[in-house]
Amino acid sequence: MSDKHSIPGPLANEGLPLAERGLFCDAPPRQYQRANKITEAFWNWARAQSLWILGFGTGCGAIELRPLMTSRFDMYRYGIQPRPTPRQSSVFVIGGYASVKTLKRIVRSYEQMMGPKFVVALGSCTINGGMYWDSYNTIKRIDQYIPVDVYIAGCMPRPEALLAGFQELKRIIRAGRGEGQNEYARKFEWYKANQKQVIKDWNMPDYNW
Amino acid sequence: MKELITSLANRYGVRDWKDLKAGQAACFVDSGRLRDCLRWLRDEAGYAHLSFATAIDQLERGVFTLTYALRNHERGHSLLVHSEIDRTRPVVDSIHRLWAQAWTYQREMKEWYGIDFPGSPRVDEEFVLEGWQGPPMMRRDFDSLAYSDATYAERPGRASSDPAEHMKRELYPEEQA
Ligand code: SF4
Repeated sequence: MSDKHSIPGPLANEGLPLAERGLFCDAPPRQYQRANKITEAFWNWARAQSLWILGFGTGCGAIELRPLMTSRFDMYRYGIQPRPTPRQSSVFVIGGYASVKTLKRIVRSYEQMMGPKFVVALGSCTINGGMYWDSYNTIKRIDQYIPVDVYIAGCMPRPEALLAGFQELKRIIRAGRGEGQNEYARKFEWYKANQKQVIKDWNMPDYNW
Repeated sequence: MKELITSLANRYGVRDWKDLKAGQAACFVDSGRLRDCLRWLRDEAGYAHLSFATAIDQLERGVFTLTYALRNHERGHSLLVHSEIDRTRPVVDSIHRLWAQAWTYQREMKEWYGIDFPGSPRVDEEFVLEGWQGPPMMRRDFDSLAYSDATYAERPGRASSDPAEHMKRELYPEEQA
């Protein structure tokens, strides 16, 4: 997945008090190093078969995950299941509108997830602001702040739409096109600038790893 | 009820008593006598429970209306005590010593409307917002759309249509012609 392998400079972590800066990682994210073609294809197949989603419900969309988990739509049969921590998850489902306060937690959780990681954004709120288009405290498109692999439109999208979205994500992963993590590393400064522009009280490390 | 109305009027100049429905009434008191009035209602008149406190922005008249909802559980009666303060000098007595929970409402009103309650615990701390730098956002002269446009990136190509018109076009195209 990576084209060039450069090592960027350390992060300043200016949001933290001086005494704490040394306690946190100051390395920016790096791009994923691909293995050889056959191994990578096998891994991608395996990744697509076990999508572990972070149990972090943002916005109204979190409600739509419940029917998906239970017997009627049963996402487990597709190898999709929720995990309690970012470290164990590979898929982040942004379930709708994100207030600035939530965005801060979204960034934090996203950065803590192990690679390779993917983002599914549901609802019109994540795409163009939805009905929160004039809200003073809600961002209008999530892809300015973290990379998104699949959008699922609707307000709210039905569980069937979510399943279709997850199938799409699987196709993307199997084809080796799940580039979100690399894009985040490549355009890290751009993403950070966007995040800091709206999160005015930035009091966490620049890269939460 | 008659006695209550007269003693409130005599003691604290309470006026504009209005029965809103069975078991609920509203009245008005000057902001300078608000705290004493609430104390008397709590201690002497049985309105021991503060259900909530909130503010209303009366932009046209240049005032904030404060509303304190009290309840007398013995009589099963609720009373909304209104009071007005100048919008340009929004300061009012804190009642956190009468009802301890009042500080939460006061902190909320401070953040949302910029109404100050001197002495109220943690009144200057953030309440629901984080890192907010704009003006108090529930004031009616705060332009949410302008703020949102200036602050949050937008995806181009967003259009809106009137739902009724749109559905007519979609469902009955033949009638349009
Ligand atoms: S798209 Fe609709 S359902 Fe989804 S978060 Fe926005 S308002 Fe809620």
